[in-house]
Amino acid sequence: MNHPKELKYSKSHEWVKFLDDGTALVGLTDYAQDALGDLVFVNLPETGDEVTAGEAFADVESVKAVSDVFSPLTGTVAEVNEELLDVPEMLNNDPYGAWLIKVENITGQDELLDADAYIQFYESEEA
Amino acid sequence: MELKTPLYETHVKCKGKIVPFAGYLLPVQYGTGVIAEHMAVRTACGLFDVSHMGEITCAGRDALKNLNEMLTNDYTDLRDGQARYSPMCNEEGGVIDDLIVYKVRDDHYFIVVNAANKDKDFAWMKAHAFGDAVFTDISASVAQLALQGPKAVSILKKLVPEEAIPQKYYSCNFHGRAGGMDCAISRTGYTGEDGFEFYLAAEEAPKFWELLMETGREEGLIPCGLGARDTLRLEAAMPLYGHEMDDTVTPFEAGLGMFVKMEKESFIGKAALLEKGRPGRKRVGLKVTGRGIVREHADVYIGERRIGVTTSGTHCPYLKAPAAMALLDASCSSVGTQVEVDVRGRRVAAEIVKPPFYKRTVK
Repeated sequence: MNHPKELKYSKSHEWVKFLDDGTALVGLTDYAQDALGDLVFVNLPETGDEVTAGEAFADVESVKAVSDVFSPLTGTVAEVNEELLDVPEMLNNDPYGAWLIKVENITGQDELLDADAYIQFYESEEA
Repeated sequence: MELKTPLYETHVKCKGKIVPFAGYLLPVQYGTGVIAEHMAVRTACGLFDVSHMGEITCAGRDALKNLNEMLTNDYTDLRDGQARYSPMCNEEGGVIDDLIVYKVRDDHYFIVVNAANKDKDFAWMKAHAFGDAVFTDISASVAQLALQGPKAVSILKKLVPEEAIPQKYYSCNFHGRAGGMDCAISRTGYTGEDGFEFYLAAEEAPKFWELLMETGREEGLIPCGLGARDTLRLEAAMPLYGHEMDDTVTPFEAGLGMFVKMEKESFIGKAALLEKGRPGRKRVGLKVTGRGIVREHADVYIGERRIGVTTSGTHCPYLKAPAAMALLDASCSSVGTQVEVDVRGRRVAAEIVKPPFYKRTVK
C-alpha cells in the first residue's frame, strides 16, 4: 500500500495536500479505497459550500455500501473534481490523483498525521 | 458465535475478506474485488462456497405427501434426479422460506434451504410432518460449492465423463465422482448463468475446491464471494429471502405465482391465499434513470404518494448501471411507470421495467 510522504492524513482515512496558495486538496487514502472496494458512485458538494473538520462532506458508494467522507479541514469548497462523477473508479486506480475537493479559506483542521504515523494508526486499529 | 464452513481456512489462504453472514464467517470478496468476480461469472467462470446453505432430507412412504402439503409447488410428477423450486408458506400465506427439493428416488428427497432459515424450516417441517416421513437436518456434514459461468461445462468436462454431467437445468446426478471424491452434481445456480452446484462430504470440501480451482484456472476461473453472489442474483432479478419476501409477503406478491399450484387439493397457506385474492402488492424491477444508487428499504413515490419500498438494490457491474427491486402497490406497478425513490433524503428518478435486468443469451 502506498502513502506518499508529502501528504497529511486524517484518522478517518482522508489525505490532505496543502498547496502553496493556501488552498488544499482532499482525497481518499489508498488504505480507504482498498477497504471500501470497487467504488461506483460519488456524491460531491458544490463549489462555495462550507465544509467543517470532522463532518461529512461527500459520500462514496461501493457495490456493497455507501460510506461518508469526512472533511479533515474547515473552509470553503473552491473546486470540485467533477471528473469523478463519471469515472468513480479513479478513486481506486489512482487514489492520490483522484482528489475530491479543493478547500480555500481554511480556518481549522482535524488532527492530521504524517505518512508513518498514519500507517501506524491504521495498523493498530486493525489489530 | 459465528460458525465456519469447511472452507474457512481456504478462504483465508485465498485472501478472502471475511464477514459474518447468516451465522457463518464467509468471504464477501477476494483480492480481485466484487466487480472482477461478477464479470468472471458473466464471461468465464466463478467458484463460490455456499456451504452455509442448509440441507434437509425427507424420507419415508409419505414423503411426497408431506412435501405436497408443506410446499406450494406440486411434486407429484417429479422424477428421480430432478429438482424443483418452491416457496414454503405459513397458514397466513406468508413465505417461511424458498427452497429447492431434489428427488433422489421414491420415498427419498433432498431439500436445500436458506442458511438463515434452516433451524426455523426444520422445526416447521418436523412439527407438520405426518404419517411415514422423517425429516433430518444433515447440514453440518454437507458442503456446497457453486461453479458458475459460461465456462462451467468445459471445466467440469475435464473432471468427469460427459455422461456424468446433468444436461438439463434443474437436474442432478447424485452419483458423481471427481478426483476420487463422491459428489452430487446439480445443474442449478443463483447467478443467472449456466453452471453447477456440488454437494459433498464436508471434510472433502477443501480438496474439492482446490481440484476445481486448478482445473479451471486456465479458463479464467476465480473464487467469488458473497458480494458478487448478491450482485449477480440481483442483476438476474432472482428474489432473495429476507429481501423480496418474508413471513408477511405472499408468493403472489413476490412474483412467485408460477410456483404456487392452487389446483392442488390442499397445502398449508392455500386457504389464506384464496381468501386474499389478487395481491395488493407486486414485486417489480426498477431501472434507475436518475443519478445515484438505489438500495434496499428506500421509499418509492409517485409525486407525494408513497407506493412502496425497495427490497434490494445495487450497482450492477455487467450492466454498468444501478438497478433495484421493489414491492409496490399493485395498482401502480405496470411496466413503464415513472417513479421516484427516496435515497437518503434525495429523490432519484426510476422506471418500472420487466425483470430480469440481465438475461444470458443461450448459445
